[in-house]
Amino acid sequence: MAGERRIGEVILAVDQISLSFGGVRALENVSFDVRRGEIRAIIGPNGAGKSSMLNVINGFYHPQEGRITFKGQTRTQMRTHEAAEQGIARTFQNIALFKGMSTLDNLMTGRNLKMKVNFLLQALHVGPARREEIAHREFVERIIDFLEIQAVRKVPVGRLPYGLQKRVELGRALAAEPDLLLLDEPMAGMNSEEKEDMCRFILDVNEEFGTTIVLIEHDMGVVMDISDRVVVLDYGRLLADGSPDEVRRDQAVIDAYLGAVHD
Amino acid sequence: MEMLRALTYGPLVEMWEYPIFLAEVALNGLLTGVMYSLVALGFVLIFKASGVFNFAQGVMVLFSALSLVGLMEHGVPVWAALVLTVVIMVVLAMVIERVMLRPLVNQDPIILFMSTIGLTFFLEGFGETIWGSNVKRLDVGIPDAPLDIGGVLVSTFDLWAAAIGATMVVVLAIFFQKTPIGRALRAVADDHQAALSVGIPLRTIWVVVWSVAGMVALVAGIMWGSKSGVQFSLSLIALKALPVLILGGFTSVPGAIIGGLIIGVGEKVAEVYWGPAVGGAIENWFAYVLALLFLLFRPQGLFGERIIERV
Repeated sequence: MAGERRIGEVILAVDQISLSFGGVRALENVSFDVRRGEIRAIIGPNGAGKSSMLNVINGFYHPQEGRITFKGQTRTQMRTHEAAEQGIARTFQNIALFKGMSTLDNLMTGRNLKMKVNFLLQALHVGPARREEIAHREFVERIIDFLEIQAVRKVPVGRLPYGLQKRVELGRALAAEPDLLLLDEPMAGMNSEEKEDMCRFILDVNEEFGTTIVLIEHDMGVVMDISDRVVVLDYGRLLADGSPDEVRRDQAVIDAYLGAVHD
Repeated sequence: MEMLRALTYGPLVEMWEYPIFLAEVALNGLLTGVMYSLVALGFVLIFKASGVFNFAQGVMVLFSALSLVGLMEHGVPVWAALVLTVVIMVVLAMVIERVMLRPLVNQDPIILFMSTIGLTFFLEGFGETIWGSNVKRLDVGIPDAPLDIGGVLVSTFDLWAAAIGATMVVVLAIFFQKTPIGRALRAVADDHQAALSVGIPLRTIWVVVWSVAGMVALVAGIMWGSKSGVQFSLSLIALKALPVLILGGFTSVPGAIIGGLIIGVGEKVAEVYWGPAVGGAIENWFAYVLALLFLLFRPQGLFGERIIERV
């Protein structure tokens, strides 16, 4: 299946990234790239720096050293909403939804950047602003159908069960029509049925919209099944980088996960 | 025995016997309540969108009214003075975002709260340095004449105030619930990090919210200022807004309105009917005692979001 998808040029390259908090080195000289259209997994033991890496890409953290090239533009740091403007969307490890708002409204916030109509017209809610709102609404409804969350469209997301919240969060990220989608443990805390659903959605997103996906995941079965290439981090350093099969056979990776025998 | 009667059911009998007088008292209280609501509304807006309890809201009322009067004293016509004051409040919002909110981003709410106390002192001093500290008369041309409605006397000014207050609440409700900016504001109020990740520019949102709060302060300032003159004590009505917020819930716009009305009516009725029995001045403490009762039995207020922790 992976062969059928068109994997294109490099869309994101992180180069020699180092990030520390005070004396704690979270990332040290990490470099890898992501190609357009692929599903790229970042794995590693707890505290390996996986989430930090996503936060660097997305602009929450500013690395002390290194560069990031996204869609041909190189930068050392950027503000989070600028990253969003350039087409990076994400979900969070501990769901970050707008809990008091309905599923529909949550997804509509994902369209926020696509709204181009003048501020004043928006406030008055007339003419072009109205038409624009309707167009965005249609797009969001398609995502709702796609993720099969029609039934909870008007429910405040704070009341939804965990698995559905994860799905709504994915929907909000998709609403932004991102070029690069970052998923931080999209399947954490799910039962096997929910995991299967989520896997299916991730693969469908990748195939139907051609979205490039970077995901962090702990379930090795899932990672090996759905990703094209895998980055392994350990103690903030890059341990291995390659296809799932290569990574699985890598001695350093086996040592990191199972513990090395010292004698 | 007479004392006991005056303290308990006596006033109720009186209310029953002279309904017109009761209506007049209640209406009077209702209109004062509108004013409280206006001030409380400014608090709720900022609290909803940034989680900051803005202690300076009361002084913003004073500052906006001072600016308006000051400009008018310099011979600026009313409409131009209004526009200029709105501009001043927007600029103020920008400055607050730049020098206060931005450096303190991600700090505890209590730190932001204390910085708004600082802002209170600053605005008080700054306003009086520029515009002077004497009591000023404000007249923006709203007519004030008694009106007879079915035997009940009402001031036209109070009716205007109520109408303007009501319009503002409707406009704000539509703004928050129906427009994309309103949605972005609610999103920011809900989760800063998530809002950033979908590309909502936090700084712009803060400026918008503080500007809107500034305009609400201006309307409150005009109403209170026309009634009792523009002077330092104007900033103290913010203290009355606190019980209103406790009653209505800190995050609810309708709560701020209804809380204001309840307190307005409640304190007037209590003062007029039960006041004589206890030597008066009930108006001064009624709101706080009511707030205390709410804190004991319904801490989230009438409309506030109930906090349920899932474990």
